[in-house]
Amino acid sequence: MTTTVTTAPGARASGKEVSLQQQRARAAFWFLAPMLVMLVIVAAWPLFRSIMFSFTDATSDTIFNGQSEWVGFENYLTWRVRDNGEVRWRGVLADPDWWNAVWNTVRFSLISVSLETILGLLVALVLNAEFKGRGFVRAAILIPWAIPTIVSAKMWGWMLNDQFGIINNALMALNIIDTPIAWTARPDTAMIAVLIVDVWKTTPFMALLMLAGLQMIPRDMYEAARIDGIHPVKVFFRLTLPLLKPALMVAVIFRVLDALRIFDLIYVLTPRSEGTVTMSVISYLNLQQFGDYGEGSAQSTLLFLIIAVFVLLYIWLGRVDLSGERSK
Amino acid sequence: MIEFAGSLLLNLAYFAAFLAVTSLVVFPFYYAVLSSADRGEDRTGAGLFWNIMFWLVVVLICLIAIFPFYYAILTSLETGTAIFRVNYLPESFDLRNYESVLGGRSFVRSVLNSVFIAATTVIFALFLAVTASYALARVRFRGRGLLLMTILAVSMFPQIAVLSGLFELINWLGIYNTPWALILSYTIFTLPFTVWVLTTFMRDLPVEIEEAAIVDGATPWVIISKVFLPLLWPALVTTGLLAFIGAWNEFLFALTFTVDETKRTVPVAIALLSGASEQEIPWGPIMAASVIVTVPLIVLVLVFQRKIVAGLTAGGVKG
Repeated sequence: MTTTVTTAPGARASGKEVSLQQQRARAAFWFLAPMLVMLVIVAAWPLFRSIMFSFTDATSDTIFNGQSEWVGFENYLTWRVRDNGEVRWRGVLADPDWWNAVWNTVRFSLISVSLETILGLLVALVLNAEFKGRGFVRAAILIPWAIPTIVSAKMWGWMLNDQFGIINNALMALNIIDTPIAWTARPDTAMIAVLIVDVWKTTPFMALLMLAGLQMIPRDMYEAARIDGIHPVKVFFRLTLPLLKPALMVAVIFRVLDALRIFDLIYVLTPRSEGTVTMSVISYLNLQQFGDYGEGSAQSTLLFLIIAVFVLLYIWLGRVDLSGERSK
Repeated sequence: MIEFAGSLLLNLAYFAAFLAVTSLVVFPFYYAVLSSADRGEDRTGAGLFWNIMFWLVVVLICLIAIFPFYYAILTSLETGTAIFRVNYLPESFDLRNYESVLGGRSFVRSVLNSVFIAATTVIFALFLAVTASYALARVRFRGRGLLLMTILAVSMFPQIAVLSGLFELINWLGIYNTPWALILSYTIFTLPFTVWVLTTFMRDLPVEIEEAAIVDGATPWVIISKVFLPLLWPALVTTGLLAFIGAWNEFLFALTFTVDETKRTVPVAIALLSGASEQEIPWGPIMAASVIVTVPLIVLVLVFQRKIVAGLTAGGVKG
């Protein structure tokens, strides 16, 4: 009985198979169209215009009335030969401030992501272990993640305050330092302050991603390893880490891309500090503070290119199945 | 050039040393956690030591996660000179900071702005994303993988890269310094995010349901609205909540596209909260404002804990 019911529509459908596929493909197109149009309006077009601005001498006075002029690569790099034969380089690529920002961004990304990975994995392992109060720990680590970045910047800015901050107070009580440190103001400690806040805020996110990866590993494998008497550290390096690698890679890539574009934390926690200005921040200052849309756009375009190269490299290397298409 | 290569090598060496030291410091904690399942009821001295280490890790994690927010609450309840005395336990209960923050018109206005902007952005994004993610998850067509990667790439690219172009667009549309400027610009990250997460959710729905509907002659639109939507409610709530948090926390666009105090969103209002004079930072009110905007978020996150973790891992994108 059931077979006749299921085969009958199937037999009829085979004639309509093509039209059904076509109908679905057409519907898919119309379903995608509004979203794609929206993305072109808010992402592709503004990106294109920003890149165009980077080839003009646009300022805050000329950006809207179209009076800016095309200057080619002058914002990026240009040179003038002086009378005495000396060559003078100008433009973003010859600007030490820009290279300082690049250096800060790279430094920040490398250190913050590696700390977040190491600590995030530890937290994930704790949450994957069985003990009383695990639910409480999981709830607790969601708090830093839920707090808005600006709020965490202000909270830590207060805790790291030079005169009244609790961190200096605690460190002095423990005799680790003998005079208060102006964490966010001193060029050599500003980056440390930014790193502390970023690691505090983002480690939970890493931990949750890795916990999901850990929970995919079948428990029987650990059981088997334990019955065989294999040392837990060996199990970690031989079993857990290799199986966790895909989840770990995805988490690390997302964090690196996120770290490369950091703006809000640094802008609020350590404003105008040489030691922490990143590519996003220096570009923003040029655009908004100094109204130099040409140079600011050139800097933001360079940042975009760096991130694009990063993304393409990962896709091209094919190591990571970011879209999850292949696993299906 | 040689100088540059030299300093690069030196810095790489520093970085390697830093990683080595960090690993060394962290290793005992890792060991305590890794061996916790094996130890069971080990009553020897070593077993006891590692058990204590394990609980030390647990306590440290909780303490570090919670303390800053606890300290913000503690500070927000202090005024006058009490605020400048460092204390680890609550000493005063003074609501004047809250009064001054809520009494000033602009902060309440900022909260309302943020709620309106974030809610509108999320509803708009979900509306576009449901149909789009159906097409991406359920219909096979050429270039689907590439399209998915492009959408993901949009959510990852730096916001500063579109800032000047977006500024021009917003000015041209005449919506500068209005909530619509922010609703439009937030679409750049909420839309790809919601599409991405809903696509992963929709991929996991069983094929049989859809096939049955197709056999019954349902059009794709009917399949989405009558068959999938009821099943997708939990996913929609999760995705919407995560996108809401993202829009609520956004700073760069809000800072750029608003000027008036009454048009600001909460993050900008808190960042720019200033005292009577330039030098005097009003820490009490800042902490009170921080607590006010954070408590609802924390409550939401804790209530929807499990769903949020599922949504985050499905999206793999920052919240």
